[in-house]
Amino acid sequence: MPSKSEKDLYTGQATTGHEWDGIEELNTPLPRWWLWVLYATIAWSVVYFILYPAIPGWSGYTKGVLGYSSRVEIEEKIAAARAAQGKFRDGIRDSSLSEIRTDDRLLRFALAGGKAAFADNCAPCHGVGGTGNPGGYPSLADDDWLWGGGLAEIHATIRHGVRTEDDDARVSEMPAFGGEEDAQLTPEQIGDVAEFVLSLGKRATDGAAAARGAPLYKEHCASCHGETGQGDREQGAPRLSDAIWLRDGSKAGIVAQITRPNMGAMPAWRTRLDAETIKMLAVYVHALGGGE
Amino acid sequence: MSPDGSATVHDYGDDADVRSVREQKADARAGAAAPARPLNLYARRVQVYPRKVRGRFRSLKWAALLGLLGLYYILPWVRWDRGPGAPDQAVLVDLNHERGYFFFIEIWPQEVYYLTGILVLAAVGLFLATSLAGRVWCGYACPQTVWTDLFMWVERQIEGDRSARIRLDKQPLSAGKVGRKTAKHAAWLAIAFLTGGAWIMYFVDAPTVVGDFFTGAASETTYFFVGLFTATTYLLAGMAREQVCTYMCPWPRFQAAMLDEDSLVVTYNRYRGEPRGPIRKGETRNRTGGDAGHCIDCKQCVAVCPTGIDIRDGLQLECIGCGLCVDSCNEIMAKVGLPPNLIAFDTERRMAQQAAKQPLTYRLIRPRTVLYFFLMLGVAGLMVFALATRDDRSVNVLHDRTLFVRLSSGAIQNSYDVKVLNKARTARRFDLTVEGLPGAKIVLVGRSTEPAARVVVSAPPDGLGEYRLHVRAPAAGVTGEETKIRFVVTGEDGGTAVRETTFRGPKAQSR
Repeated sequence: MPSKSEKDLYTGQATTGHEWDGIEELNTPLPRWWLWVLYATIAWSVVYFILYPAIPGWSGYTKGVLGYSSRVEIEEKIAAARAAQGKFRDGIRDSSLSEIRTDDRLLRFALAGGKAAFADNCAPCHGVGGTGNPGGYPSLADDDWLWGGGLAEIHATIRHGVRTEDDDARVSEMPAFGGEEDAQLTPEQIGDVAEFVLSLGKRATDGAAAARGAPLYKEHCASCHGETGQGDREQGAPRLSDAIWLRDGSKAGIVAQITRPNMGAMPAWRTRLDAETIKMLAVYVHALGGGE
Repeated sequence: MSPDGSATVHDYGDDADVRSVREQKADARAGAAAPARPLNLYARRVQVYPRKVRGRFRSLKWAALLGLLGLYYILPWVRWDRGPGAPDQAVLVDLNHERGYFFFIEIWPQEVYYLTGILVLAAVGLFLATSLAGRVWCGYACPQTVWTDLFMWVERQIEGDRSARIRLDKQPLSAGKVGRKTAKHAAWLAIAFLTGGAWIMYFVDAPTVVGDFFTGAASETTYFFVGLFTATTYLLAGMAREQVCTYMCPWPRFQAAMLDEDSLVVTYNRYRGEPRGPIRKGETRNRTGGDAGHCIDCKQCVAVCPTGIDIRDGLQLECIGCGLCVDSCNEIMAKVGLPPNLIAFDTERRMAQQAAKQPLTYRLIRPRTVLYFFLMLGVAGLMVFALATRDDRSVNVLHDRTLFVRLSSGAIQNSYDVKVLNKARTARRFDLTVEGLPGAKIVLVGRSTEPAARVVVSAPPDGLGEYRLHVRAPAAGVTGEETKIRFVVTGEDGGTAVRETTFRGPKAQSR
């Protein structure tokens, strides 16, 4: 700061003494209380430093005399939110699945809660919005169900899982029909069966092969997948006559599946999620697009 | 008045040495600029002691003060019956329930553009008023002015007029001084509390909050905001006063852009007034006679100014256009037998015409005033139109993130979250249909798993019904990746609301 001030020639007002290429700055003093406000904010910051967590150190930070913690605060808020959800959770617990579905209030809560739980637990395999993923993760948004698409069936599948240790799990196994020396079917026969399976969805390209495959299908496959390929939900046997394929639906894919089948598995969620969450998940999945 | 008659005709007691804030600051700077003293970038605030004044503009200002304060305090108590379940307060911003009420108008949060319209109207209205009559908003209607005026009146009742207040402030501390100061600040705080208390009444039911406030049952937010507005009113109207206008408010900085030579502003008639000088006993003045102007340099225009300026220096940032100096000058002119309105609301053009001895003209209709007027008319018209055509129902649609699903029958299915907004005061049922896609049917989650061409949805009074639904259409009808479809809700009265959205399908070659 310059130690002396000069008068501006034209206005007669004092200047700050700063000059740039002949342009001088007039001194227009601020009211002094403005300066006091600045000092007050500095004093306030010191008080704040003492009261609240402030200065980071090597192994932690100054805690402040009020003992405030934003982490504790958020935990309290979450607990309060949970308490506020209580009446809805009680409603979910005490109502049957179909009651939840027809009660607007509970349905909205279940859809919202189910959506969150689905994103955390189910979406990695079944995809966001339950659209499924290639390689045996079924879509939950269409009306093609392996183990049934009613509320009760979906609920049971989520609770007990598929091909798990759970006593009530959905379990079935498709035998391998080829690949070994003593296999039930030769590679040629497997090709014929695959052609017949394609013909079930009206996609066959080789009529003769499909005709050769028909008796083989009836003997080895129809007991589970049905005479017309309609599938069987009791055994989780997929329908073969529609356009929806869990795995590769090309001839090569079908041949591979008959030869050495891949079968998916899903954990039994009752050991991981509470009963209300599983109910909400069932209602949510049912509402995704194909609920029956 | 001295016996030899050489003193000025009018004696104002201690008030004889009136100096504007500008002069007092210049004096302070001159002191600070003395050699060997460091440059001072901060200055003491110069206290302003406005003198009491009577006259036309003072009466107008009282009328504005009474009208505006009356409106502010009474409005929350006005009742307006909206039927059961709705607040009966005429003007209420119900933040908790996300509704705004203004007599017969009720707006939802997504209709906040009405507020934008009001703000645009206010801004353009301010421009129009300023280009016509200067800063009349600042002088008469701004809350800062209204409350400062009220606080000054209280101060005058307790501490006396200008000279008494100056004397009191110069006195050493005494019981009497402490008593008066305490009484003044107590009265200020009481008014400030009433101001803050009334503010909160615009956001919660007034009778309820008054009861709750004094029984300790009101919310923390209520106490906080009452406290906040009590503190700011006390500080801004009691302490900061004209400094709010000169240091904080942006409006004085760009008001010049709205003013031109035809705007009425508080003007000192330099042509008539100069050269100024004290009037001697028995002296008569007129322009054609002596060499003295009509200004007798009594400085009473400075003494009454709430911002402490000398209007004779010309139009300046600090002038809030209240016209109190006009009243004050006219009082003096009448006493010394000179014509009134040496200081008046007048235009630069008329001043120049007067100096040039041309006929005096007003020009109210100018490009800028016409522009501002039609801007206001346009915005007001738009708002009235929007309000008159405002529908009491509406439908919002959100498409799932999942684009589409092919069902085992080959049909294409899209899923949507639909919200039906019912702005009526009764619960209502609507028919929901979808148009624009042949064979499209709706599956309403929670109601049925069978598709139907028409589903029934309902919404509570003044609320919304939220639904999740699937739209199913035969693949043959889905002709592309995107089909425009419309959701239509039809009330029992036949009125409809429509929302257009997209139905997604597979690419043409993969079907």
